[in-house]
Parts: sequence; C-alpha cells; structure tokens
Amino acid sequence: MATVTLSGISKQFGRTRAVDDLSLSIASGEFVVLLGPTGAGKTTTLRLIAGLETPDDGRVTIDGADVTATPPAGRDVAFVFQQYSLYPHLSVFDNLAFPLRSPARRVPEDEIRRTVEQVAGMLRIGHKLMNRSTQLSGGEMQRVAIGRALVRQPSIYLMDEPLSSLDAKLRADLRLELKRIQRELDATILYVTHDQIEAMTMADRIGILSEGRLVQIGTPREIYADPDNVYVAARLGQPSINVLPVGVLPAPDVPANAFSIGARTEHLRIAQADATSANARLDWIEHLGDQNHLHIRIGDFRLTTLADPASDLASGEAIRVEAAAALYFDEDGKRIR
Amino acid sequence: MSTTTAHSVVAPGRRTRFVAGLLVVIYALVTMVPLAWIFLTGFKTPPDSISYPPKVVFEPSLEGYVNLFTTRSRQTPEYMESLPPPQTWYEELVRSRHMVIAGPSKFGERFLNSVIIGFGSTFLSVFLGTLAAYAFSRFKVPLADDLLFFILSTRMMPPIAVAIPIFLMYRTVGLSDTHLGMIILYTAVNVSLSVWLLKGFVDEIPREYEEAALIDGYTRLQAFVKVVLPQMATGIAATAIFCLIFAWNEYAFALLLTSGTAQTAPPFIPTIIGEGGLDWPAIGAGVTLFLLPVLVFTILLRKHLLRGITFGAVRK
Repeated sequence: MATVTLSGISKQFGRTRAVDDLSLSIASGEFVVLLGPTGAGKTTTLRLIAGLETPDDGRVTIDGADVTATPPAGRDVAFVFQQYSLYPHLSVFDNLAFPLRSPARRVPEDEIRRTVEQVAGMLRIGHKLMNRSTQLSGGEMQRVAIGRALVRQPSIYLMDEPLSSLDAKLRADLRLELKRIQRELDATILYVTHDQIEAMTMADRIGILSEGRLVQIGTPREIYADPDNVYVAARLGQPSINVLPVGVLPAPDVPANAFSIGARTEHLRIAQADATSANARLDWIEHLGDQNHLHIRIGDFRLTTLADPASDLASGEAIRVEAAAALYFDEDGKRIR
Repeated sequence: MSTTTAHSVVAPGRRTRFVAGLLVVIYALVTMVPLAWIFLTGFKTPPDSISYPPKVVFEPSLEGYVNLFTTRSRQTPEYMESLPPPQTWYEELVRSRHMVIAGPSKFGERFLNSVIIGFGSTFLSVFLGTLAAYAFSRFKVPLADDLLFFILSTRMMPPIAVAIPIFLMYRTVGLSDTHLGMIILYTAVNVSLSVWLLKGFVDEIPREYEEAALIDGYTRLQAFVKVVLPQMATGIAATAIFCLIFAWNEYAFALLLTSGTAQTAPPFIPTIIGEGGLDWPAIGAGVTLFLLPVLVFTILLRKHLLRGITFGAVRK
C-alpha cells in the first residue's frame, strides 16, 4: 500500500472539462470516497489514476514515483468497475485468477489457487468458484468483481460505484463487508459514488466533486457539519438541507452579509402554535415507521425535516418554526463562518 | 370471478402457426426442388438424364460419379475383346459403354483448388477483418468514418464491373491463374463485409473488459487474445460462413482469371463434356459433391450463424 498523489490534474474531452485542476493526496491505508453527481468527474479521476486516460495537465504519483506517462499495467493499481467486469467466457475461479495469471506476474498455479480460495472465502463466494460467471446473482457478480481486485495487493484499489447496480439490502451488506475487508487488509482505497450513505459510512475522508473540481475534502463529520459552501452542504444529510433566503426563518445571530440560511433537521425547533405566534403550516407528514418526514410551508417556501414519530403534530396544523443554529451562506453560496 | 382460458399475447395462435408453417414448406419446396433434381440427376444414366418426359423414378447408377472422376475413350470391339477382364466395378461400368478409362479427370484438382482458395481467402478475410474491426472500434483512427465508408464503397458496384482492369493487372503482375491471385481477389471482395460485420460484434463488447485486463498487467494484444477474441467467437463464425459462401460459389472471376492451375470447381463443372454434349449425370455428381463442404461448415457453425444474422437485435 502506498500514498497516491494527484497534483493539478486536468482532463478535457472535446469541449467538456471532465477534471479541472484537481489535487488530492491519499495516504497509505486510507479510505477516500469521492462524492458527486453524474458528470462531476469522479470516474475520469479514477481512470486517470489507473492510466486508462492521460491527463492534459498535472501529475500522478504513486509512492513518490511519477507515473503520469506509465501505462496501466505498470502502475500496480486494481480497478473495480461499475459493471461488466466479469469475463462471461470464464468460470468464477478463472475470473478471480485472471489478474494473477497475467504474463507480467507469473504467479505459480498453486499459489493462485490458495489466494483465490482465500479471497473467495472472505467474500463468501467460496462455493461458487466452479460456476460460470454468467450464472451468478447480481450480488455474487459484484463480489467476484471486488474479489478480482482483492487477489492482488496493489498500491491502491480504485472502485467505481461498485455497489450502485445492486438492490438496497445487498448494498447495505456489501458496504459493511467492504469496510471490514479494508480494515483487515489495511488497504488504500479510492472509492467513487453518488450515494451519500456509502460515503458517510465507509470513508475516512470524503472529497466532494463538482464539475471536475474538488470542492472540499475532509472527514465525513467535517463535510456534514462544516461545509465550505451551499453545494457541499446539499450533498450530505437526509432529508437534504433546507436552504431559504435570510429572513424567512427566525434565527438568532444572523451575520450581516448572510444571503441564505441552511437549516438541517437538528437546527430546527418546531412547536404547535396559536394564530398569533404561528409562522408556518404543516402541509403533510410522511410516516416512515422509525421517523416522520414533515413537509412544512413557510411563507412561499417549503422545507422538509424529520420528527419523532411520537410527536403529536398533525397535518394541516399551524406551527412555529425557528432555527436554533444554522449555516449561513453569502450571495455566492460561500459559507459564512 | 369466472375462470377463462386466456390467450397469450406473445405465443402465436394455431392458425398463425399453420400459415407460418405452410409458408416455410412452400419456400422450402421452391428452393429444394432444383437441388433435389440435380442430386437425382447425379444418379441417373446419361440416357435417363435427358429423356423426355423427365424420369422421376429410375434405376440409380453411379455412372455420373465415375464419369466425373475419369476420362474415358471409346474403343473398337476388337480391342475391347483383347483386354483382360475388368478389375473393378467402375471399369466394368465404363466398359459396358464400350469405353476404357484413360485416366483421372481434373475434377479432384479443381475441387482442391476451390478448397485452398475458398478457405484461404476466408481465413485471410476474417483475420484482417478482425484486426481492422478491433482497431476501428477501439482506437481513435484518424478519419475513421471516411475509411469505413471507403471500405464499404468497394461493395457498391458488382465486383465483376472491375473484371477487365483486374484481368489486365493480374496478367501484368503474373497473378493470373494462380492460387495466391484468387485468394487476394476474394479477400479483397470479402474484407469489407468482414470489417463491417465484425466491427458490430466488437462494438457490442464493453471496453471495460480489456481495460480491466490492461490494469491487471496484460498488454493490449494479450487482452485482445484472452478477453476479446473468445467473446467474438460467434461473430467470427458467422462472418467466416458468409465469406466462405461467397468465395466458394464465385463464378465470374474464376471463369475469367483462371484456366488451368488455379481453376476452381464452379467454372469447371459446367464444362464436363460427355459423348454427344454435356454429361449431365457427371455435372449433377459434381454439384452434389461441391455443395458438401459448405453444407458441413454451415451445419458445424449453425448455432453461431443464427445469432450472427440477428446480431445487434438480440442480447445474450
């Protein structure tokens, strides 16, 4: 495992800037998640590290060595693709053994067998080794795809939304397993996703990408509680942060240059109110069992927040909503601290 | 709630199936009758083959096959008497027509030429086509679209339209009536089909497969051989059949450019002369034997062919 550094990386496809002056350093043994919507440059960043694309500008170093011009085979990285990574003409065993059988590596066959069986055991697909890779369920296929990376001990594992094609239950299971395996192997992982739960649960650090730029990077806690701007604030939190113009929501200590206020569930105080003190109306309550989503109309704006299912609020009620504390943003969406 | 027997929306009904079946049978009859006729002719005697009205029921004879493989000469009765008794059944058959076998015919040679030229050009077309298709599909080839169109445009006229220039060129460079010349010519005609067909197949294979192999330490060529080729098997088989059928059946160029050494079976078979005109049973026998290799080849690759014809429309 090694440190991987990107410095000032840019990549342009035709007229679109996929990655724009991106710098990032991943420490050995660290699990970094890049979070961003489709088209933010997440996959391109991975492909640049893997050597599947060459940057127009900037340098990639792995363990101190400049690999910017090195072809993929020479970089010692492993890649888990979003889909299509299993070879349909090979068995599960042969799929897992494929990276070890590369002519560049020359691993003896009995060692290949040992490694493959060990990895298959770790991923709980040991009993499927002789199956054709096309006869697996979606979850099993994705385990094999991850296994194909794990049979090697590369400098870094690059994972491109490996769980996105799975259903919610499987995704939750594999999320936990992946984190467990990463701790076990002390692996360096750069993981790309648009799923904030994956980012929050697995990452040591989360990098938020927007239009090819790294907007902010920090621990999940930092990104959640201390976002640099309104874009980052909107990436994390379920339901997502309510951004309203200043003045709509009563709040203490509003900074003078504040343009908008960002209020998450934990910032809001909601109470039943009479006609004189009410400033909002509870439009609708979604009962999710363990929690309730409240859809509130305040002035011309709407906000969504969580509430204790035991609360006695009812749809259509007049309520008073206040922010106890909140995040403030200036006209450009920059956070005012 | 009442129970009704629902008609499936997708499964064809009885009447549809009957009509479809009938159409298939009619089509099969139309295409099979000439084949059946030529097959039967191969087993007729020369008089039976030209009798009128045509004989459907006749006594089968192998005379056509014997005539196909031999050259014979008519002899005087005195000479026939002086010969020792015939050693084999076919000698006996020939002598019953007051002839003796003078030697083998050229059919074996011509057939072998067809095999060499047909399979040779098929192999070459598919080999070149596979490489070109891969390159067009995966690499940034400058002017790729124009090149592809140019390759396709070679098929826009009937190949025979350029027969005269090719004839003159071949004569100048000494490729006339050579195996190599015919292989090059058929490859040139087939390679456009091969590139276009195979490019479709390569396009269907996600490039992540090779990228995964590249990252795992394989070179581009190794990744191509280990990952792409196995998944192209179907496309290669289908393309090979199309190429072979063209090269095997080609008549006009073969007639024009070959006369001896490299002559293929198609221009040879219709020239088999017997006594008093064309030897129809020998021609029937020749056509029957000529059909066999393509038939076997197609049956062997049949399951690939079906997917090959419908490629793009059907996902695995």
